[in-house]
Amino acid sequence: MAGTAPSSSAPRMRPHRWFAELGWRHLVGVVAVVYAVFPIVYVISASLSQGGTLTGSNRLFATLDPANYEALGGTLFWTWLANSLQIAIATGVGTVLMGAAAAYAFSRFRFTGRRGGLTALLIVQMFPQMLAFVAIFLLLISLGNVVPALGLNSKLALIAVYLGGALGVNTFLMYGFFNTVPRELDEAAKIDGATHAQTYWTIILRLVTPILAVVALLSFIATFGEFIIARMVLQSERSWTVAVGLYGWVSALLEANWGLFTAGAVIAALPVLLLFLFLQKYIVGGLTAGSVKG
Amino acid sequence: MPTHPTLADDATDPGGTTDGPPGTAPPPRSGGRPRRDREPVRPGLLAKIALMAVVNALGVFGVLAAWREGHVGILVSMLVLVLAADWVYFSRRTLPLKYVLPGLAFLLVYQVYVVGYTGWVAFTNYGDGHNSTQADAVSALLMQNERRVEGSATYPLTVVERGGELGFAIVEDGEARVGTAEQPMAVEDGATVDDGRVTQVPGATVLERQEVLARQSEVTDLRVALSDDPNDGSVRTQDARTGFVSVPSLTWDPDAETMTDVTTGTVYHATSDGWFESDDGQRLAVGWRVMVGLDNFRTAFGDERYAGPFVKILLWTFAFAILSVVTTFLLGLFLAITFNDTRLRGRRIYRTLLIFPYAIPGFLAALLWSGLLNRSYGFVNQVLLGGAAIPWLTDPWLAKASVLGVNLWLGFPYMFLICTGALQSLPGDVLEAAKVDGAGALRTWRSVTLPLLLVSTAPLLISSFAFNFNNFTLIYMLTNGGPRFADASVPLGHTDILISMVYSVSGLDGTAAKNYGLASALSIVVFVIVATISAITFKKTKQFEEIN
Repeated sequence: MAGTAPSSSAPRMRPHRWFAELGWRHLVGVVAVVYAVFPIVYVISASLSQGGTLTGSNRLFATLDPANYEALGGTLFWTWLANSLQIAIATGVGTVLMGAAAAYAFSRFRFTGRRGGLTALLIVQMFPQMLAFVAIFLLLISLGNVVPALGLNSKLALIAVYLGGALGVNTFLMYGFFNTVPRELDEAAKIDGATHAQTYWTIILRLVTPILAVVALLSFIATFGEFIIARMVLQSERSWTVAVGLYGWVSALLEANWGLFTAGAVIAALPVLLLFLFLQKYIVGGLTAGSVKG
Repeated sequence: MPTHPTLADDATDPGGTTDGPPGTAPPPRSGGRPRRDREPVRPGLLAKIALMAVVNALGVFGVLAAWREGHVGILVSMLVLVLAADWVYFSRRTLPLKYVLPGLAFLLVYQVYVVGYTGWVAFTNYGDGHNSTQADAVSALLMQNERRVEGSATYPLTVVERGGELGFAIVEDGEARVGTAEQPMAVEDGATVDDGRVTQVPGATVLERQEVLARQSEVTDLRVALSDDPNDGSVRTQDARTGFVSVPSLTWDPDAETMTDVTTGTVYHATSDGWFESDDGQRLAVGWRVMVGLDNFRTAFGDERYAGPFVKILLWTFAFAILSVVTTFLLGLFLAITFNDTRLRGRRIYRTLLIFPYAIPGFLAALLWSGLLNRSYGFVNQVLLGGAAIPWLTDPWLAKASVLGVNLWLGFPYMFLICTGALQSLPGDVLEAAKVDGAGALRTWRSVTLPLLLVSTAPLLISSFAFNFNNFTLIYMLTNGGPRFADASVPLGHTDILISMVYSVSGLDGTAAKNYGLASALSIVVFVIVATISAITFKKTKQFEEIN
C-alpha cells in the first residue's frame, strides 16, 4: 500500500528537496490511511475474535475464529440482509427509471409548465422527506386500512415511500447529464422513423448509462443505510432491515452482542464497499458533476 | 483520477449509438405520434396495454377497498390517479407527461402530501389521548368505564366465529341474537336453538369447548354491544357459557356534549381543546383531535419543558452542521492538495484506501464507533490510551467532540473526492496566466485556485450542510442524543439535533408519550430553516437561472 519505495520515485532529486516536495506527502498519506482504515481493520479483527465481547476484541487478530460468523446463522441476520437488499435494489431501480424518464422529458421537450415544473422540483427537494416521518406514519396507517400491502409493516410500502423522494433529489443530476447528449442524435433517430419511446429506450438511455449507474448506486447506498423511516414502517422482527436489526443488537446489549454485530457489519458493508470500489470512477464523476456543471 | 471528463467521454462513446435490433428493448410506452395504418402492431404497444390493464385493475381494487372502508380521501386520490394515468397514456397530446407521471405520482403522494399533512398536524393536538374524533373518544370512554349491573339478566351464551371474527350468540326472550366486536347484537332467524342455547348459526361456526379454552383471553376480553346505542352496554362473559350485561359507568348526552358519571354524578363537559373536563378541573383519560392553532409552536418556544432544550438543541444543530462541513472540507481539501502532485507514486492506492470510510454505510460506522469509544471496554480507552476511563460518549462536551470526530471520519472522503475533482478541472490557462503575471505559488493559490475551487464546490458544501443538519442516523446510533439534560423532564440530551428531537417528541420510539402535533410543529420549524438556507444559496449560486 503506502510502501512505494520513495527513493526510486525521483532518483535525481536530493533527499532534502525530495522530502520537501514529495516525501511529506507520503508521510501524510500513511497517517491518513491509518486513520481511514484502522476502524475497518478493527472490525474485521473483532469479528474473528473469540467470545464476541467488546473487551475480548481489543487485541487485534489475537485469534482467527469464525464462530461469530457461524453464530449469525442462528439469528435473523440473513433475513434482514435479504430484506435490505430487496428494498434497496427495488428502490434503486425504481429511482433510476422514474428519474431518468422525468429528466428526459425536461431535457428534450418544450412544454407549458416545464420551467415551473423544474422550479417546483427544486423547491420540493429542499424539504427532506425524512422530516415528515410523523405524517408518513399516519398516512401509512390510513393506507393500510384500505390496502394492507401499502400500510405499516410492508416492504412494498417502504419502497413506495422511498420512491416518493426519488424525483426531487435525482432529477437535476440526471437533467444536467441528459443536456450533454447532443440533440442531433434524437433528430437523426426521428428522421429514421423511430418513435419517441424507441429513441428514449434504445438510444438515449444507453448514452447516459454512467449517470444511471451513479444514481442507482447512490440510491442503493442511501436506502441500505436509511434508519428512521425503516424502523417506523417495518414493525415485525422478520421484516426488519439490517440497519434496524443491527441497531437492536448494539443498543440492547453492547457487551454480549459485539461479536455478532461486528461479523454482521463486515458482511453488510462488503457488497457496498466492493460495488463502490468497482464503480469508483463513475461515482467520483457523478459526485463532481454537480460542482463542475450546474 | 479522471472525474468529469470520464463521464463525458463515456457519454459520447459511439458504441452505444449503433441502432440495436428494435426488439431488444421493448418500449413499454408508445410514442404519441400518429401511427400509419399499415404499420404492424409493435410489441411496445402490447406491453403498454398490458401494463395499463394491470394499473387499472389495481386502481379499481384500491377504489373498491377504500369504498368498503369508507375512506373518502383515499378513494378520491386513487380514482384521480387511475384516470390521470389512463388519460396520459392513451392520449396523443400528453407526451412529456408520459415520462413524468410515474415519478410525479409518487412525489405527490409521499412527499408533497406528507409535507402538507405535517403542516396540518402541526396545528392539531394529535397524539396520545387525542387520536381520533369525538365520537370515537366517546365510545372508547364508554367501553373503558364499564361495570357489571348488579342482579342483571344473564343469558345462555355460545361463542361463535364469523368471517374470522369471534362473536357471541345469546338467547333472549326465546330469540337467538348474534353479534361480534364490530357488529352489535341482532336477531338471527336462521339460528338453531336447542335446549335454551344456540347450537347452530348460518354463516358462522360454533366453537367447541376445546377451541374456546385455547382462545380464553380473547373470549373474556370480547365485548359485544347490545344495540347501536352505546349507553345500553355490552354483553361479556367469564366462563363462555353465560353472558352478562355490563353498562358504562358514564352516560353520554350528545345534545349537551356532556359525560356524566353514574356513580358520583360528576358532569364532564366537552372543552374546545379536546377533553372532557369537570367543573373542578378533572379530565377523563381519552380526548379527541381538534385544531389548536399555534399552541404547538407556543409550546416549542414558550413551555419551559421544551423551550430550554429547544434553544440548546437548535444552537448545537447549527454548530454541528457547520463544524462538520468545515472540518471535513478542510481535511478533504488538504488531502486533495497533498495527492494532487502527478509525480507522487502510489496516488491511486492512497486514494482508494482513503475512500473506504465513505463506502461504509453510515449506520454501521456510527455503531462501530460507539463500541470503539465505549468508556469501560472500548478500544480507544483500553488500548490507545492505556486503560484511561475517558467518558467519550457520556460527558456533554466530550460527546459533542466525539460526534464531530466520528463525522469527520465519515465525511472527509467525500470532501476529498469532490476537491480532487474540482482541482483537476481547474482551467489551466487561468493558472498559466497567473504564472505569467508573476504570481508566486502561494499567491496563485490564494487569489486564483481557492476562489475557483469554492465556486465549484459551494453547492455541494451547502447540500452537505443540509445533510448534516438532519443527520439523524449518526446521532441516534452513536449517542442516542445523550447524555441527557440533567434538568429536563423530556427525554432529550446534549447531542440531540433537531431531527432527533422531533423523533423523541413524536414518541414513535416508545420512550415518551406520543405527541404528533408538537413533533410536526418542530418539523415545520426545521423545514423553514433548511428551506431558507437553501433558498439563499440557490439565489447566490444562480441555480434558478440555469433552468431554461
